[in-house]
Amino acid sequence: MDVLIASVVDGLLIGFVYGLAAMGLTLIFGVMDVVNLSHGALIALGMFGAYLLYTGLGINPYIGLFFVLIGGILLGMALYGIAIHPLLHGPHLSTLLSTFAISMIIVGVGTALFTSTPRNIDISMGALTLGPVRILGTRVIAALMAILMAVGLYIFMYRTHTGKSVRAVANNRDAAELVGIPSTRILALSFGLGTMLAMVSGGLIATLFPFSILSGGTYELKSFVICVLGGLGNPTGALLGGLILGLIEGFIPVFMPVGWTPVIEFTLFVIILLVRPSGILGAR
Amino acid sequence: MKHLRIILSVLFILALLVTACSKATPTPMPTKAAAQPTKAPEAKTKTLVLGFTASNTGKYAKESKEQTQGLKLWAEAVKKKGGIKLSDGTIVTFELKSYDDESTKERVQQLYTKLITEDKADLLVSPYSSGLTAAAAVIAEQYGKIMVTTGAASDSIYKQGYQRVYQIYTPASRYLTGAVDALKAWDPNAKKLAVVYEKTKFATGVATAAKEYAEKNGFEIVLFEGYEKGTTDFGPFINKIEAAKPDAIIGGGHFQDGSTFAKQLYEKKTPVKMIAILVAPAVPEFAELGDAAVGVIGPSQWESLAKYSPESAKAAGLAWCGPTIDEFVSAYKAAYGYEPGYHAAGGYAAGLVLERAIKMADSVDPDAIKAALDKMDVMIFFGHIKFDTGEAHGLQIGHDMVYLQWQKDKSGNLVREIVWPEAAKTAEPLYPLQR
Repeated sequence: MDVLIASVVDGLLIGFVYGLAAMGLTLIFGVMDVVNLSHGALIALGMFGAYLLYTGLGINPYIGLFFVLIGGILLGMALYGIAIHPLLHGPHLSTLLSTFAISMIIVGVGTALFTSTPRNIDISMGALTLGPVRILGTRVIAALMAILMAVGLYIFMYRTHTGKSVRAVANNRDAAELVGIPSTRILALSFGLGTMLAMVSGGLIATLFPFSILSGGTYELKSFVICVLGGLGNPTGALLGGLILGLIEGFIPVFMPVGWTPVIEFTLFVIILLVRPSGILGAR
Repeated sequence: MKHLRIILSVLFILALLVTACSKATPTPMPTKAAAQPTKAPEAKTKTLVLGFTASNTGKYAKESKEQTQGLKLWAEAVKKKGGIKLSDGTIVTFELKSYDDESTKERVQQLYTKLITEDKADLLVSPYSSGLTAAAAVIAEQYGKIMVTTGAASDSIYKQGYQRVYQIYTPASRYLTGAVDALKAWDPNAKKLAVVYEKTKFATGVATAAKEYAEKNGFEIVLFEGYEKGTTDFGPFINKIEAAKPDAIIGGGHFQDGSTFAKQLYEKKTPVKMIAILVAPAVPEFAELGDAAVGVIGPSQWESLAKYSPESAKAAGLAWCGPTIDEFVSAYKAAYGYEPGYHAAGGYAAGLVLERAIKMADSVDPDAIKAALDKMDVMIFFGHIKFDTGEAHGLQIGHDMVYLQWQKDKSGNLVREIVWPEAAKTAEPLYPLQR
C-alpha cells in the first residue's frame, strides 16, 4: 500500500512536468496544424539553457528559467519565420519535414558543441517525509512551476486580447484575418509559445535528472502520447494527459518489470487513436 | 515580413557556419607519444604502434579517461627508461595511437579497423567497457592482432573462441560474489537480497552470476530485475525495491547510472543495510555525491591500499615485475593531481603486461608475444596476472576483486577504504547503513 501511495505521488509530480512539455506540442498543432518534430530537440535546448546559466554564470536554475522562457519565445518566433511560415501553404507534410530538419540541426550542433557526455544540475532543495512517502524538493518545485506556467497560459489564452486572437486564429485563420487579426504575427507568437513551453519543461527536467543533447527524444515521444491522450490542440488535455502518463509510469513498475512501461504507454496510445481519436477531453 | 524572413534565414545559416568552423569537429583526434631512438649507434630501434580507442565523449567518458591516463602514464615510464632492450640489442619503443569512440559500438568498429589497416597498429588495447570491447575484439581477431583488454570484465567475450584477446580485469562472474560473502560474514541474519542491474552485457553477467552464488549461499532473492541503459529516473524502480523489503541491494551498471541510482536511493532514504554497486563507487568522481556516497560499497579491481608487493609475490612463489603500488600511485598523482582508481590502474597494467610479454618473448614477433602471454604467471602492482589457455582462452584467472566502501575520515573527508576480503581490509565496514 505504501508503495502505491509513493508511486502515485511520484507519478503526479513528474506528470505535471510531462504535461507542460506536451502543452507546447499540442498548442502548435492546435493553432497551425503543424506537428513539431523539433519538440524533443527544443526540450534538450532548454535543459542546456538552464545548465549553462547555472554552471557558467551561477544563476539559480529556477531564476534561469525566466531567461529560458524569453529565449524560447524569441527562438520559436525566429524558427517560425525561417522554417514554418513559407511552408504553411506548401505541399502537405512539408512542415513536418521542416521541423524534422530543425531537430537534426539542433541535435547536430549540440553534439558538436556539448558532446554526448551526460550533464547534471546539482542542486538540492531538501525533501519532505509525509508518512510513507518521501518527496524531493526539486520535484515539488518542478511540479509547482509547471502548474504556474499552465495557469499563466490559461490566463493568457482566455483573459488577454492576444490570447483570444490566438484562439481565433486556431479556430479559423481566414475569419480571424477578416476581423483584423494579424494572423502571421499571431502564428509566429504561437510557435514561440510552443517552443517556450518545451524549453521551460526541459529546464525543469534538467533539475531532476542527468541529461545530454540526445535526451529530448524520450520526452518528445511521451509528449506525442500525452497529446493524443488529452486531445490534440487542447492544452488542458495535455496537462491531464501528462498526469495520466506520470501515474502510469509510477504504477506499472510496481506490478511488472520496469521495461514494460513504454509498452503499456504506447499500447494505450494506439488504443486511444483507434477508440477515441479526439482524446479524452476532445480535440480543438 | 518577407525581408525579415530572408535576413533571419541568412543569419541562422551564418551562425551555423561560425559554430561549425570555430569548434573542432568530432572526427578522430589522433594522439601520439613520440618514439625516441637511443644513443647507441649500432642498436636497432623498433617502434611498435599501440592502437586503442578512448571514450572522450559519451556515457563512458569518465571511466575511459582514467583508463587512458593510466595507459599513457605507462607509456611515459617506458619512454623515460629509453624503451625495452631485447637480448639482441634491439630497443623497442611504443607509439600510442588513439581515437574517440564516442562510447558507441559503431565508432569502435570503424576506428579499430582504421587503426589496423591505416595506422598499421602492431598491438591493441581495448576501449573501456565490455560492450565496446566485444565489438573491438571481433575486429582484432579478424585481423589476427593481439589485443589486451582492460576495463572489460564480461566473461562472454572469452567464450567466443578468440585466440589473441587477453583480459586484465577479473571476470564479471567474480565481481559481486565477494559482496555476498561479505554480507554473510557481517550479518548472518540478513537473508533478503535485491539484485538490480543495468541491461548491458557486463552488468547482466555480473548480476546473473551473483544471483546464482547468493542462492547457493542461502539468500532469498526478493527482486531480480534489470533497468534500461540510459535510465535517469529510478523513482518507480526504487519504490518497487522498497516494497520488496530487501536487507541489501546489489547490482548497478556503470558510473552514470550507478551514481544517479545511489543519489536517488539516498534522497528517498531507502532503508537498506547494505548497498553494493558496480563501477561507480570506484571512480574518484563518486565522491561528488557527498553524503549520498557514504557507506556505498563497490567491487574494485584494485585499490591503492592493496597488499600486492615484491614480498607477497615471493611468498606466493610468483615473479614480480613493474612498479610497486606506491610508485604507481605517486607517479599518477604527480602527473594528474589526484589518486588513481582501478580504471587507471587497469590502463597502466595493460601496457605493463604487454611490456613484460615482449621482454619474456625477447622478440616483437606477434606469435612469440602471444606465446609469452599464454605462459604468463606474474604478480604486478595490479595483482596476480594469469590467462586461461583452454576453452575460455584469454580469460583472467589469476586476479581477484577487493571491495571498497566510502567512509568519512576524522576530518569529515570522503575516503575509500577496503572492507573485504578480511585479509586485505584497511578499515572496519560501515554496517548497517544509517539511512
